[in-house]
Amino acid sequence: METFLQQIINGLVQGSVYALVALGYTMVYGILGLINFAHGEVVMVGAMLVISSLTAMLSWGVPLLLALPISVVLAMAGCMALGYSIERIAYRPLRHAPRLAPLITAIGVSILLQNLAMMIWGREYHAFPQLIVSQPHHIGGAIINDIQIIIIIMALAIMAGLMLLVHRTRLGRAMRAVAENQHAAQLMGVDVNRVISVTFMLGSALAAIAGLMVSANYGLAHYYMGFLLGLKAFTAAVLGGIGNLRGAMLGGLLLGLIESLGAGYIGDLTGGFMGSQYQDVFAFFVLIAVLVFRPSGLLGEQLAERA
Amino acid sequence: MNAPLLELAHIGKQFGGLNALSEVSLHIKRGEIYGLIGPNGAGKTTLFNVITGLYRADAGEFRFAGLRYHHPQPHRLAQAGIARTFQNIRLFANLTALENVMIGRHIRTRSGVFGALLRDAATRAEERACAERARELLRYVGITRPAQTLAKHLSYGEQRRLEIARALATEPLLLALDEPAAGMNATETESLKMLLQDIRATGITVLLIEHDVKLIMGLCDRVAVLDYGRKIAEGVPDEVRGDPAVIAAYLGNDDE
Repeated sequence: METFLQQIINGLVQGSVYALVALGYTMVYGILGLINFAHGEVVMVGAMLVISSLTAMLSWGVPLLLALPISVVLAMAGCMALGYSIERIAYRPLRHAPRLAPLITAIGVSILLQNLAMMIWGREYHAFPQLIVSQPHHIGGAIINDIQIIIIIMALAIMAGLMLLVHRTRLGRAMRAVAENQHAAQLMGVDVNRVISVTFMLGSALAAIAGLMVSANYGLAHYYMGFLLGLKAFTAAVLGGIGNLRGAMLGGLLLGLIESLGAGYIGDLTGGFMGSQYQDVFAFFVLIAVLVFRPSGLLGEQLAERA
Repeated sequence: MNAPLLELAHIGKQFGGLNALSEVSLHIKRGEIYGLIGPNGAGKTTLFNVITGLYRADAGEFRFAGLRYHHPQPHRLAQAGIARTFQNIRLFANLTALENVMIGRHIRTRSGVFGALLRDAATRAEERACAERARELLRYVGITRPAQTLAKHLSYGEQRRLEIARALATEPLLLALDEPAAGMNATETESLKMLLQDIRATGITVLLIEHDVKLIMGLCDRVAVLDYGRKIAEGVPDEVRGDPAVIAAYLGNDDE
């Protein structure tokens, strides 16, 4: 029972991060029909920016309560600029090219960013500065610490905010209109390029926050961390139904839970033959299962219209 | 204001080797209802797409409201005051009727990313005014269903009207309608005719492509006829109806 509760908590924490990253994939897909494989790298850059700026500021003696928000804002701004540039430089010229071209380009951008990050930050792991003494709390035998609580609450608040933005504002309406029909939106006076840029920037801001969360939770960041995280978040987006915002959130949380419950019990189920190092297998097993049995995902009904 | 609202001079457009439009010149005066007719494939919709910026003309000059445009972007023309509807309805199917019209208000409202994030008083007031105006427009075109109905759940005739409401929401100087009566029955066509006369009475210029010759003849002040991408006739409906070139285009020419 303790294992179960503990794995649920771990799953929710991990799932919150997946959900934030999956939102970035799904927003871009919803509007452009493009899988932005470089999105995972934006998360990595976000994590690196937070760690570098935070470490620097703390070493200059800037008080923590000032340094943390500044570095978060800095990372978000940096990632938004990066997301904007990726779209402007790599994807916009290929807007009317066959679908395969932007997809390959996305993979290229991803490799480019990894290597740039390696040149800037090196191959070593970067430690997230110890900010607060994260108090462990005991709930029914399971343990959750302050950082994990903050991650879950922040993620939920951000997702709620995004839903409001998309469904209740002029900008969100324009995004949905462009997603449905670019030509018609343009003829109604919507500047489609601007909406696409804003979408990339929003997704990248979420990625920066996800980067902060991952690196704060594990205490580490690495130039290669975006790859696997990006693939899993993409899996989460597909699980929920790519192009669907609610689907990305649901898919993210579900994938986090599946992964951690799977990792928690696989040892018992296979008599110790396979251990929790097989955790990653579950995400991709889910990806294959979804693609085979329900390609439109759990909440995705609009996929057929798009294709 | 006697200057024409829209002036096209020697517009040409090619698709591969096909001359979809060649040397088309016409002008539309402020406040008139101008009809564009012609057999299938005559280039009517192509001309429409050039006028609304979806296609780039290969040749010719384009003036709207006194300004000359060179390869205009569709959203710029929308800002300048051209709104259109489509032959095959292109609503935002998964947005509500109200939201569809509010999208039309997009260019006449301003709040951007920061307004969306901060939800300050000005943004909220603008949003309320926008929704209110959108409701008025829905009533104006005669959609009585709840404004929260998804566009795809409206009837065919209502969807056509919703497209008109959405176009009107952009506060156009020129409203361009691509076969608005297509698929309508006689009653619906009659009420569409009244709606269009109403719209013209508010000072909006109307450009109409239509197959329903009765509707065109009964509604338009002037008519142009296209055939094989060329303008073969122009004038008041009665003149055009008797024009030998027009009759030949529609009924076939014995010489061919």
